[in-house]
Amino acid sequence: MTSLPETTQRKLGLVIDLDTCVGCHACVIACKGWNTENYGAPLSDQDPYGAAPSGTFLNRVHSYEITPPHGQAQLVHFPKSCLHCEDAPCVTVCPTGASYKRSEDGIVLVNESDCIGCGLCAWACPYGAREMDPTAKVMKKCTLCVDRIYNENLPEEDRTPACVRTCPAGARHFGDLGDPDSDVSQLVAARGGFDLMPDLGTKPVNKYLPPRPKDQWEETDILAPFLEPVAESPQGFLGWLDRALERL
Amino acid sequence: MRHQDIILDLSPKLSDQTAKTTCYMCACRCGINVHLKDGRVAYIEGNRDHPVNKGVLCAKGAAGIMQVTAPSRLRAPLRRVGPRGSGQFEEISWDEALATATAWMAPLRATAPEKLAFFTGRDQSQSLTGWWAQQFGTPNYAAHGGFCSVNMAAAGIYTMGGAFWEFGQPDWERTKLLLLFGVAEDHDSNPIKMGLGKLKERGARVIGINPIRTGYSAVADDWIAITPGTDGLLILSLIHCLLTAGKIDLDYLARYTNAPVLLNEDPSSPDHGLFLRDANGKLLVMDRTTGKPMAFDAAGVKPDLAHGLRRAGITHRPVFQLLAERYLDPSYAPEAVAERCGLSAKRIHALAAELARVAFDEAIEIDQPWTDFRGERHEKMTGRPVAMHAMRGISAHSNGFQIARALHLLQILLGTVETPGGFRFKPPYPKPPEAHPKPHATATPGQPLKGPHLGYPMGPEHLALHPDGSPQRIDKAFSWENPLSAHGLMHMVIANAHAGDPYKIDTLFLYMANMAWNSSMSTGRVIEMLTDKDPETGEYVIPRIIYSDAYSSEMVAYADLILPDTTYLERHDCISLLDRPISEADAAADAIRWPVIEADRDVRGFQSVLIDLGARLGLPGFVTDDGAPAFTDYADYITRHERRPGIGPLMGFRGAGDQTGRGAPNPDQLQRYIDNGGFFTHHIPQAAQYYKPWNTAYQDWAVDLGLYDSPQPYLFNLYLEPLRRFQRAAEGHGDRQPPDHLRDRIRTTMDPLPIWYPPLGDDAQTAQDFPLHALTQRPMAMYHSWGSQNAWLRQIHGHNPLYVPTNIWVAHGFADGDWARLTSPHGSITVPVAHMAALNPNTVWTWNAIGKRKGAWALDPAAPEATKGFLLNHLIHELLPPKGDGHRWSNSDPITGQAAWFDLRVRIEKVSPPPEVQPNFPTLAPPHGGTR
Amino acid sequence: MHPAPSVIIFTTLSGLGFGLLVFLGLGLPPVTGWVAFVFFLIAYALAVGGLLASTFHLGHPERALKAFSQWRTSWLSREAWAAVAALVIMALYALGAVFFDTRISALGWLGAGLSFATVITTAMIYTQIKAVPRWHQALTPLHLSTASLAGGALLAGQITIAQILLFLAGIIQIAHWLRGDQRFGEAGQSIASATGLGSPGRIRAFEAPHTGTNYLLREMVHVVGRKHAQRLRLIALGLGFALPLGLIMIPGASHGLGGLAVLSHILGMLASRWLFFAQAEHVVGLYYGARG
Ligand SMILES: Nc1nc2c(c(=O)[nH]1)N[C@H]1C(S)=C(S)[C@@H](COP(=O)(O)OP(=O)(O)OC[C@H]3O[C@@H](n4cnc5c(=O)[nH]c(N)nc54)[C@H](O)[C@@H]3O)O[C@H]1N2
Ligand SMILES: Nc1nc2c(c(=O)[nH]1)N[C@H]1C(S)=C(S)[C@@H](COP(=O)(O)OP(=O)(O)OC[C@H]3O[C@@H](n4cnc5c(=O)[nH]c(N)nc54)[C@H](O)[C@@H]3O)O[C@H]1N2
Ligand code: SF4
Ligand code: SF4
Ligand code: SF4
Ligand code: SF4
Ligand code: SF4
Ligand SMILES: [Mo]
Repeated sequence: MTSLPETTQRKLGLVIDLDTCVGCHACVIACKGWNTENYGAPLSDQDPYGAAPSGTFLNRVHSYEITPPHGQAQLVHFPKSCLHCEDAPCVTVCPTGASYKRSEDGIVLVNESDCIGCGLCAWACPYGAREMDPTAKVMKKCTLCVDRIYNENLPEEDRTPACVRTCPAGARHFGDLGDPDSDVSQLVAARGGFDLMPDLGTKPVNKYLPPRPKDQWEETDILAPFLEPVAESPQGFLGWLDRALERL
Repeated sequence: MRHQDIILDLSPKLSDQTAKTTCYMCACRCGINVHLKDGRVAYIEGNRDHPVNKGVLCAKGAAGIMQVTAPSRLRAPLRRVGPRGSGQFEEISWDEALATATAWMAPLRATAPEKLAFFTGRDQSQSLTGWWAQQFGTPNYAAHGGFCSVNMAAAGIYTMGGAFWEFGQPDWERTKLLLLFGVAEDHDSNPIKMGLGKLKERGARVIGINPIRTGYSAVADDWIAITPGTDGLLILSLIHCLLTAGKIDLDYLARYTNAPVLLNEDPSSPDHGLFLRDANGKLLVMDRTTGKPMAFDAAGVKPDLAHGLRRAGITHRPVFQLLAERYLDPSYAPEAVAERCGLSAKRIHALAAELARVAFDEAIEIDQPWTDFRGERHEKMTGRPVAMHAMRGISAHSNGFQIARALHLLQILLGTVETPGGFRFKPPYPKPPEAHPKPHATATPGQPLKGPHLGYPMGPEHLALHPDGSPQRIDKAFSWENPLSAHGLMHMVIANAHAGDPYKIDTLFLYMANMAWNSSMSTGRVIEMLTDKDPETGEYVIPRIIYSDAYSSEMVAYADLILPDTTYLERHDCISLLDRPISEADAAADAIRWPVIEADRDVRGFQSVLIDLGARLGLPGFVTDDGAPAFTDYADYITRHERRPGIGPLMGFRGAGDQTGRGAPNPDQLQRYIDNGGFFTHHIPQAAQYYKPWNTAYQDWAVDLGLYDSPQPYLFNLYLEPLRRFQRAAEGHGDRQPPDHLRDRIRTTMDPLPIWYPPLGDDAQTAQDFPLHALTQRPMAMYHSWGSQNAWLRQIHGHNPLYVPTNIWVAHGFADGDWARLTSPHGSITVPVAHMAALNPNTVWTWNAIGKRKGAWALDPAAPEATKGFLLNHLIHELLPPKGDGHRWSNSDPITGQAAWFDLRVRIEKVSPPPEVQPNFPTLAPPHGGTR
Repeated sequence: MHPAPSVIIFTTLSGLGFGLLVFLGLGLPPVTGWVAFVFFLIAYALAVGGLLASTFHLGHPERALKAFSQWRTSWLSREAWAAVAALVIMALYALGAVFFDTRISALGWLGAGLSFATVITTAMIYTQIKAVPRWHQALTPLHLSTASLAGGALLAGQITIAQILLFLAGIIQIAHWLRGDQRFGEAGQSIASATGLGSPGRIRAFEAPHTGTNYLLREMVHVVGRKHAQRLRLIALGLGFALPLGLIMIPGASHGLGGLAVLSHILGMLASRWLFFAQAEHVVGLYYGARG
């Protein structure tokens, strides 16, 4: 139903730590693998061994280079999947009701059997979080692994999105961002989690944690005392050594 | 329909069956749960219980599913029908293939075993392949370590009995400061990422020392954009600062290292530079309590760092004094080295200060009593929470051995090795160089070699030389050119065999190494050598090539006989403590692979094939007394083979299934492993977790497990006496003498205390003509050449640009979409460029091994990997440019023979875009195993 | 955005068709009988033809009926309803005019209103998309509806009205372009806001997530050369508005010239629509380094 729920009981989503993500693409492939085998149509590939391979992915890792006015350039790896927006424009534009936001947990899904593949929702999403699968010809998007997080065939600890479970660096966190006491909300509060393009009014549920400031140390000399010379000459050093050994 | 009415299957079944085995999309060996539906692989995820990856999985691992369905998989044994390099083959039966291989090899064994050269690449079964070669009797065996990171391995083992690589790890739980030198990915792929995650969670500081800021260096809190090849200077300068400030762990140095060991200081003495020993050969130190020399391990001895001894007119001083004198020298001051490193002196001071601060002001203590090898009980374990890790950025240079030594020296001076918060060994390490075998290389027709091929020479007496001084091995390992080449020199095999230097061979037997492409220096020339014919006989100069691959790689086209392997989900494998196990710092661990799916092609696991060949050749150990095959296949070998009585490939479930480490073979062992998730872990007791080289509890545990047969405590080698022995030979002492043209080099490079010298060949003229350094990095989502056949991974890395720093980008007027010609002293390539600001200004780089030969890997010849992807290898030569002295010097570390991939120097110029990258090679025919 | 032929043809033709229906509904010209038949035939051919073309854009045209369900929120769904309602009402109206020589004006007015509404709903589909700032402006419905009405007037042979509308639509077209050129900047999205990495310095896309292409790049990250766009704008303006206006200003213009004017207008509108899509920048391009 393309009317958005007024509120959702929970706001499940991801928190992605840009300070920790090493850009390994593990989450990309775990997502591809899981969603090729589960929820809806498989994620297809075109020309897989050919001259122009391309395929459907629900999660992709960008990288950006930041050149500050002073100091060294930095690199940030930036994974991006559906942000499960509270005011999801992709949902309201959908003519068929295939796109919807679940009132129980806020997950934005596509009911593939209703999707006519018009592509409008992908246009409406500012984040590039939806991809039309060229083989199935329906809209695909991150499901927040709705078929994992409640999956009774999975052990409790595995009821988490495939991308989160696989992330070697632990840069991805999953939880209820509607509950201020949840681990993810606490993390967002502690680390200054932010929204992408907030003024578009989409109110993303997913949050990003900023990279910590880099290359800070040359500005201070507080470390100098740690290198106070113990002697001025090699002989002096030996003297110091003898005294130091005495103290051991 | 209201969405509440939409019926979602929230609990789909993952699979009908979950098989737990070990990943082999790279050498990290993570545990995987392979979910199967109708016997088909449906999904692969990490095994949460596994010691290596604890549930996580990298991109390659998760993409394994596409590897087992790739069209590039070989389908049956192949015999070459077209000319070498054309890729034309016919499929033959296994009987025929094995009979052919036997017919080629058996006469060699009977007459000249060295004419078989058996080199294995990404081999995880070296204890089998090495043993096979030993039983065959050829001295010519090694795996890929020589072109990979032998500098790191050798420097680590010689200095402290264990190395970085995946043989040790930072104490991720406790460290507060991590220095990462030249690591893009490493073999410990997932563990490093997990570790970095842990550090980030705790807010610990990570410093990346790397010319390039990607991956780990991108998340590092601080980046030190060092100029390639100069880390040694930086490290020795840090040591200078720390010594000057007295910020060193004297207690640790005195107790656990050879800093107090007495050294002969008399230049006129025949033992100059060697240690003073007692009658039992024990190293002597001065005891601070008595002021008398005593054996280093005597109970109650308090080794002195400050006082020497004059005995029989000869001055002996503790190593530490020599060391302090050397590095206190102003030539190591930050101001003296900064410019060469591409850094500011201030930055070096700041780094040294931070090391000092964390090591000494943030020291930690664990309430864990332990007893050292001198019998002294310690109430606590003191930790200096500074950890370091390094890999090929340091080791793939021709000065890499000494740089790695310098780095270990830095770690040790701070007291951070095997202490809480520092660097920790993983069993079977620590293991000092003395405890490793010595190289064996004397071939006797029809006989096995007397011992293992590879080892750790302690002096010239252990070199693999013929009486006339010529090398015994085809790769010249353990010769004067590279005395400590502990892993062999895979990158020299083809060139030497082609040149007949030191001798000609008959059959080159390769396994799992793409030597006609990404693991060769100067790929085009190697291709020529592989196809070159002797004008007199019309035969190929390298007469026969047998190769085992699982996929239609570039190398397949250059073999005469192909033994097609299975994929990793279709065979048994053994990740053994005899080899490269999966241990963690707090546990020994080993693992297996087992066929979780059945091969749908006429392929066989290579190890089983090798065992079959061994039996056909009648190799000792591979046949029973009556000549019947000793093992049915690799699984049988894994279960029943015993290296020493009671010690076999796997440590778990021995005997009746209840013995660990030592015990009789257990026919149920593999099943027990399978039931256990494919691995076995044996934990180190709490009291034995740190200080392992000196900790009696650890030593006893290791003996118990069978890692060694008696406790082996030892001292860290700040001063490396074996190097001095080689130096002495170069100075003219002893009966084994280096050739004259090598004397100088040995004397200068084999300094027993770490030194820095510029990468060989990096002279002023080269630096002027080729001002830039050119590097490669591992992409995290791609494993060497294999990944490109994987439909998912090749979408991430389908081609690679050359990254150019801002200053060069601007100076040459580059814009997006431009191409450049990159020229080294050996050749040039024309490739696409891209801009990168987070890059050392003297460095260009690209992702490694993305470029592919047209037609290889069952890819469309127009695949971007072949038209836009490229290798830097075309620019690298296994020899340095001629110097006009009549010798061709190898582009390797002079001590270990490590291939100096990263010494590459280039110049760049903008060119108009060609239709595709240059050079380009003729399209390979798809072998029968591949479809197009 | 990717200038897909199906959507270009759809918006051009159905715009024209519904524009014509507006005039027919208003009784401009007040045709009946076979003349009416021809007029309605043209109008339906264009409107329905356009709608059919749009279904080529669908992955699952066989499920098109589902698109009627979400009229409460979705402009696309509303467009479907408006189009069907307009076509049905106008069909009834046409039935009267063609076969019974009676024009039920009320029905005609209603049909005209619905036809106009259809054009507006179509316009709103684009206008509502905040992620495409060039579209997300008040001038978009104005532009699409005036263009549609101008074309309708032209087809309906309403020379005077057509003159006014062509002029107006031409002006609005220019305004839409000029405003459109500012919109991305005004909307305020940049690589800094897209990544949230705003403060520390200049941000640049370093490496794309994949070396090949993907749906997003094909569909939403389309780059047109500036020069090329300027030329096309002149063509669109010339053929779409100026030339038809000139042609119908010629006193005593013949049917032949009128036909030429229509043809010119259609060609111009195709160019305009191509630009409408091709020049529309989606903010997702920022992630891939557009404007970086
Ligand atoms: N320019 C440059 N060149 C380099 C390096 C660099 O940094 N820069 N690095 C060097 C280093 S460190 C290394 S280790 C080498 C690596 O170089 P190689 O050892 O050549 O590496 P791979 O590409 O992994 O090739 C291994 C071969 O094993 C095959 N293979 C894969 N799986 C199986 C299997 O299950 N069974 C069998 N039988 N075969 C299989 C693959 O198809 C492939 O042909 O490259 C070196 N080359
Ligand atoms: N995903 C993936 N994982 C792999 C592999 C793979 O192909 N893909 N290959 C495996 C193999 S065989 C190996 S050997 C390991 C190698 O793992 P790494 O040692 O991480 O090897 P490289 O990717 O070659 O990275 C070398 C790093 O050193 C830096 N560097 C180069 N020169 C210098 C220098 O002079 N000083 C400093 N400080 N840094 C320098 C480079 O910028 C680069 O970041 O990875 C293993 N793991
Ligand atoms: S990120 Fe895009 S697809 Fe996901 S809810 Fe928001 S608008 Fe919709
Ligand atoms: S593509 Fe499918 S989900 Fe998206 S708007 Fe159209 S019908 Fe809805
Ligand atoms: S939550 Fe699931 S569907 Fe979404 S990106 Fe992660 S793995 Fe993919
Ligand atoms: S798996 Fe984790 S570290 Fe790797 S790219 Fe994804 S978020 Fe980043
Ligand atoms: S690091 Fe990745 S590819 Fe390597 S073994 Fe582990 S999961 Fe497999
Ligand atoms: Mo390697």
